[in-house]
Amino acid sequence: MEFNGSAHKFGSDVNTDYIISGKYKFKTLDMKELAKHVMEDLDPGFYNKVSAGDFIVAGTNFGCGSSREQAPLAIKYADVGAVLAKSFARIFYRNAINTGLPVVECDTDNIDAGDDLSIDLSSGMITNKTKGITIPVKPLPHVMIKILNDGGLAAHFKKYGGFNLE
Amino acid sequence: MGQTIIEKIISSHCGAIAHANEIVVARVDYVMGQDGTAPLAIRAFKEMGGTKVFDRDRVAFVIDHSAPSPNEGVSALHKLMREFTGEKGFRLYDIGEGVCHQLIPESGEVGPGSLVVGADSHTCTYGALNAFSTGVGSTDLAGALISGRMWFKVPETIKIVCNGKLAPGVFSKDLILYLIGEVTADGATYMATEYSGEAVTALSQEARFTIANMAIEMGAKAGILEADEKTLTWLKRFSDLAYQPVSADPDALYARVLEIDASKLEPQLAKPHRVDNTAPVSQLAGKPVQQAVIGTCTNGRLEDLRIAAGILGGKRVHRDVRLIVAPSSRRVLLDAMSEGIIQSLVESGAALVTPGCGPCVGTHNGVPSDGETVISTANRNFKGRMGNSSAEIYLASPATVAASALTGKITDPREFI
Ligand code: SF4
Repeated sequence: MEFNGSAHKFGSDVNTDYIISGKYKFKTLDMKELAKHVMEDLDPGFYNKVSAGDFIVAGTNFGCGSSREQAPLAIKYADVGAVLAKSFARIFYRNAINTGLPVVECDTDNIDAGDDLSIDLSSGMITNKTKGITIPVKPLPHVMIKILNDGGLAAHFKKYGGFNLE
Repeated sequence: MGQTIIEKIISSHCGAIAHANEIVVARVDYVMGQDGTAPLAIRAFKEMGGTKVFDRDRVAFVIDHSAPSPNEGVSALHKLMREFTGEKGFRLYDIGEGVCHQLIPESGEVGPGSLVVGADSHTCTYGALNAFSTGVGSTDLAGALISGRMWFKVPETIKIVCNGKLAPGVFSKDLILYLIGEVTADGATYMATEYSGEAVTALSQEARFTIANMAIEMGAKAGILEADEKTLTWLKRFSDLAYQPVSADPDALYARVLEIDASKLEPQLAKPHRVDNTAPVSQLAGKPVQQAVIGTCTNGRLEDLRIAAGILGGKRVHRDVRLIVAPSSRRVLLDAMSEGIIQSLVESGAALVTPGCGPCVGTHNGVPSDGETVISTANRNFKGRMGNSSAEIYLASPATVAASALTGKITDPREFI
């Protein structure tokens, strides 16, 4: 899987309330509608700035806070291609994989806002085309690769009728 | 090699001796979803081809986050939950019954050695009952509803030893806020935390829930305490099951051991907009507040209401402060009524709201105005958390919140004790 797009930079500890505020998420299951409010407390108008396939690039502990799966889904439905961060909060990380949003753990210090990136998940490499450098990616645990390859946990269950992670 | 509490609980649920960093598929004893997460789980359940839940007696949904419904969008989701639980024949706790993290312990279905998953990040609360319980998202929840199983990476554990006794006016909330400041918001990510030491064992069972509840604010997967007589006595009120306490082996391996002297602690605050941005209350004393909140899954239990009522002593709260009280369950509300606590709080000017999440997550029941300062017993003070991103939220113990409501400014509760 290869992704190309430009970087939108955020800091550390971007919590799920910032990704999608509780005041919206309880109202609807329409993820396209929720996506319009993604990141708005941190960056008003973010939804309109993103082009399809762009990346959210952040520091440590991305997605901390609540277990709301609306957080990765709102990002996905805003057409963000992947989230790159130095580290992720545990529940967000699982939710992203389960719902098919690629999450990439890597050193994000050498990525600035607006940089053009190309990510190849199979080779585990990010190319920062603007800066002409490559950045290695921390590999996913094998169960997560399996779930991602099946298209998320729902598709995995549909295929096997339960967990088949060996 | 010895095992930590969490390694033992996972081992007993996956049929193998599990150690940190292994990946296992384990049996779960109880599965919970709430009105913010269950609707998406119902959708995932259908996508997965689910037809029934693995065990109708080990599953519950709770309507607590926006309860009673504040608008028609929420009403539609609540209806979906009522229909689904009716059709699949499992327990729904409807509006007014309380916060999920109070109701599941009160169900008696969770105790020492249990393994629980809930689609809510504060599911770690039941660690106070010596259970491994952790928060997951909606799709994981759907998988657990169908299969009664879940995959886990066995976490490493940070052992936190709290020596000494807490001083009068200093509570379990102050202790856990201080520890979060030490460990930081992501200092325990992917890990479990185990709490021990005199300051922890001296706490009542109710006060211990506050410690386990906030494990996630360090990024932890679980916050586990040992079970003792207090735990078993608390559980007996709700359950006949014979739970066996689980303790760590003396030679268990820990990622880190953190030892503190709890006797020196002062009442603590978490300042906006981070839970690990902690400071002693004395440093911020005098800052005016406009709204005070007592409740939530962190501090809405009987003991919390009793402490707050004790400080207020029936006196009117400051004229510039709105005090909102949300008991964590109907049982807590009834107990507090028969003790006269509710009478006293309401006489002090408290606005009593439905047992449930109250104003915690900004859906209803007290959204602050622009520029206002809120002091709350909740567990999160993120920007916008209570529905207005230009309000500031300070987190504190019920005693500090009650004292501040009385004076109209952030106040060290020891002045009233
Ligand atoms: S009281 Fe607040 S933190 Fe607790 S479950 Fe409800 S919304 Fe979440």
